[in-house]
Amino acid sequence: MSSPDKSMALTGQPPKALSLPQRLATLIGFLGLAILFLAAFGINFPNKGLWMSLSTILLFAGIIWYTALSYGQKTKGIKNDGVWFKSISSMGFWGWIAGIAITSFYIILYFFPEFLGLVRDGKNTGVIALFDPLSRALSGNPASQWFVYGTLYTVAILAFGIKFIWKYRHNRYEIIRTISVMFFQTAFAFIIPEIMARLNGSIPYYDLKNIWPLNYYNFERYRINGFISSGDIGLALLIFGVLSVFVISPILTYRYGKRWYCSWVCGCGGLAETAGDAFRQLSDKTVRAWKIERWVVHSVVVFVTLMTTAVIYSYLGNDTSKYWLTKSSFLTGVTVLLTLVFGWAMLFKRKQLQKDAQYGAIGYFVVILVLIALHQFSGEGNIFLFKSETLRKSYGFLIGSIFSGVIGTGFYPIFGNRVWCRFGCPMAAILGFQQKLFSRFRITTNGGQCISCGNCSTYCEMGIDVRAYAQKGENIVRSSCVGCGICSAVCPRGVLKLENGPLKGRIEANQVLLGNDVDLMDLVNRN
Amino acid sequence: MEHIIIIGNGIAGVTAARHIRKLSDKRITIISAETDYFFSRTALMYVYMGHMKFEHIKPYEDSFWDKNRIDLVRGYVTRVDPEKKTLTVGSSKEFSFDKLIIATGSKPNKFGWPGEDLEGVQGLYSKQDLDLLESNAPNNQICKRAVIVGGGLIGIELAEMLRTRNIPVTFLVREKSFWDGVLPDGESQMINEHIREHHIDLRLGTNLVEILSDDHGRAKAVVTDKGDTIACNLVGLTPGVTPNVEFLKDSGIELGRGVLVNRYLETSRPDIYAIGDCAEQRRAIDRRRPIEAVWYTGRMMGETLAQTICNNRIPYNPGHWFNSAKFFDIEYQTYGWVFSNRNKSEDELHFHWRHTQEKVCVTLAYQRDNRQFLGINTFGIRMRHEVFDRWLNEKRSVEHVMEYLADANFDPEFYKTYEKQILDHFNKQMGTQLKPAKRSLKRVFQLS
Repeated sequence: MSSPDKSMALTGQPPKALSLPQRLATLIGFLGLAILFLAAFGINFPNKGLWMSLSTILLFAGIIWYTALSYGQKTKGIKNDGVWFKSISSMGFWGWIAGIAITSFYIILYFFPEFLGLVRDGKNTGVIALFDPLSRALSGNPASQWFVYGTLYTVAILAFGIKFIWKYRHNRYEIIRTISVMFFQTAFAFIIPEIMARLNGSIPYYDLKNIWPLNYYNFERYRINGFISSGDIGLALLIFGVLSVFVISPILTYRYGKRWYCSWVCGCGGLAETAGDAFRQLSDKTVRAWKIERWVVHSVVVFVTLMTTAVIYSYLGNDTSKYWLTKSSFLTGVTVLLTLVFGWAMLFKRKQLQKDAQYGAIGYFVVILVLIALHQFSGEGNIFLFKSETLRKSYGFLIGSIFSGVIGTGFYPIFGNRVWCRFGCPMAAILGFQQKLFSRFRITTNGGQCISCGNCSTYCEMGIDVRAYAQKGENIVRSSCVGCGICSAVCPRGVLKLENGPLKGRIEANQVLLGNDVDLMDLVNRN
Repeated sequence: MEHIIIIGNGIAGVTAARHIRKLSDKRITIISAETDYFFSRTALMYVYMGHMKFEHIKPYEDSFWDKNRIDLVRGYVTRVDPEKKTLTVGSSKEFSFDKLIIATGSKPNKFGWPGEDLEGVQGLYSKQDLDLLESNAPNNQICKRAVIVGGGLIGIELAEMLRTRNIPVTFLVREKSFWDGVLPDGESQMINEHIREHHIDLRLGTNLVEILSDDHGRAKAVVTDKGDTIACNLVGLTPGVTPNVEFLKDSGIELGRGVLVNRYLETSRPDIYAIGDCAEQRRAIDRRRPIEAVWYTGRMMGETLAQTICNNRIPYNPGHWFNSAKFFDIEYQTYGWVFSNRNKSEDELHFHWRHTQEKVCVTLAYQRDNRQFLGINTFGIRMRHEVFDRWLNEKRSVEHVMEYLADANFDPEFYKTYEKQILDHFNKQMGTQLKPAKRSLKRVFQLS
């Protein structure tokens, strides 16, 4: 029973080695990185703006030339040839090297920015100083480690975005979607906040598309104060922040599924879809991974909800005559809102919830209620069981830095490109909850055309076993689906289509049309 | 407890096993000589191409079989005794069954060519064939050229596979145009062009005469009936498949080319059934062939037989014909019947449209006298199975299909649509004034 499959011992060498031009293209890209490295190690470049531009240009040129060599000569279509033979994209030696390198970068970025040349009260040095001219041109301020990071992040999305578009040039859904993430990163995450900072110094840095709870710090005291003290614009931004959570995102998710955000707008998604595209096949598709995913990501949702509630609670007053929102009315509001949401889900949608999701929802709901009740017996300064500041700091460290940055991006070459989105992002979990229960979006399975080949499952970055549904003729309605459209693109038989349609009959398995006569299909469905 | 033994762990046998488990508590054993676990045969090509690893083409996790109490046995069935209801695996291991399902699939055709058993000559059907290909043609240093013989679906897939490793390919096709026994001429012609676009030396109307051997018993060249000798290191023989039923020769179960079955998929012996590629209908159903070596029909027979085995005896009654394939970059789907120019009857008329630049085309077949829509072949445009199935049920006219073609479009969102161009061409050819109906979700999803 247990003879291993020996076929994977490749006796020969499929064309996985790089050609000479591909090596040159790689070298050019690495020269761009080398400039940054030299700056980080203390080389003081004379004309900083020029060297930074050169570095960026080399990065772009390397990536795009490499892309041209990879896809320029080939006919348009799906060309995943050799993906599992190359060590970088199959968790081989170069995959691990890349993983360790990116992870190290994130650790330095988050915890030791002084190694990059950050000087808090004085002139920057090192690689951060290299970015000073660009930062001054945009916002008027010197660069920070976050500005350097933001610039490189944007360069990565743009350059690898071009690669992605080239690779999928036969697929207009992918082209338009990628242009969208490239635009939102460049405009909303990179340029607009810097310009806003230049126009009005007291407005907190605000990436408008970065919505709570992904933007877990949006409602912290210093930001609220910043918004309120910046006049009408600030107030408008604050209101927009609240509306985007409670109005805009539910409406868009109802109409289009969570893809409107996760694979069209979001910056994390943007990087995953472009720079991370080469690693999408590495996500774990086992049922076990799915179980872990549901527990971890929903725990993060509870964590961020508690933390945000605690933080807002901590700076509200008790006196209604001073400000309409007080500690107790705020808590009551949160409780009522959560009760309404869970009550609605349990009452009307319990059939669509998986068994353990039901347990989970009930469990978490009880936990929150208990904690709030506990609050009644806890003293000032303590929130629930913890100090709100402790809660916020540990969230920022564990989730904001370690999970989303170090693991989420650093581990692209090991766990796939959506580790953060799948296991950690509370925003994705909330949108997913709605996508599963109340959205027009689904992936339609085309009757009986599935041949169970497994391309869809293999290339699903969220680790969804798409084939498991498709081969039964069932539509795919999964909360984690970000709507990247790659399952549909790689399907060799035209079986999958992402679309928005009526809620009725969206999930029901008895839509199946596997090819037998109608009576038999009735029998199959009944059992 | 009743013991059901299934020989063969392909799509037919596994589908039967899964559905029997859904319906009953019977003991189920699947015997396979090929692999431990079920895999998608149609996806073998992607393993060689590096799109997937072998583990990815297994549709169920290995724990699935235990969990569903389906016993898996690895071994070759050498003898079946319908009288005593026993079978032998290998040289001695004996199993007894209450019901037996034969689902042993196909094996590649060989037509007695001189040299067809040399080293470096192979078909592409089984997991073992894939392993063999990996050693025969790992790269273009060891395999400097490959010659493929047989212009069907497996042949073109083998060509695509080898090209991903930059191995030069010569493709010998007996017919005057690729797969023109199945595809209408316009489509077949387009695929010819596409094959050549992929730098394949396509030789139409050319037959294999013999395969020449080197001093070590390896193929070194092929000779064609055009008098050419082509040096090569691999000869891919892909002229179709034939039922894999030799082991039943002395069993007393009645055989034709395959295992002969009636509409209930019952063989000549009680409690023994045959499904999938190896089953041969005594009388062909509808316009289908008596032996259908297609993924989908294997699955459908498995579903049907599970009902019969679980005390709900029903005939195999496939719905409207459908199929699909992919020729390099071009996806192909078909719904209903569209016959090739060679095989179609007088009463079947075709409307053909092809895009002026892109490799996109459709052919609609319809009845001459009442203009009833019979079927569609579509290349480079995905179409919705459900909509065509409905139109075929409703016996719609070709004009109706043309007007509402947008409802059937299944391409990803934002794709260019071609319905207007197709209809313009139709109107011009037929002298009609049909207007295209806008795509309606109400009609697509059948909302009242």
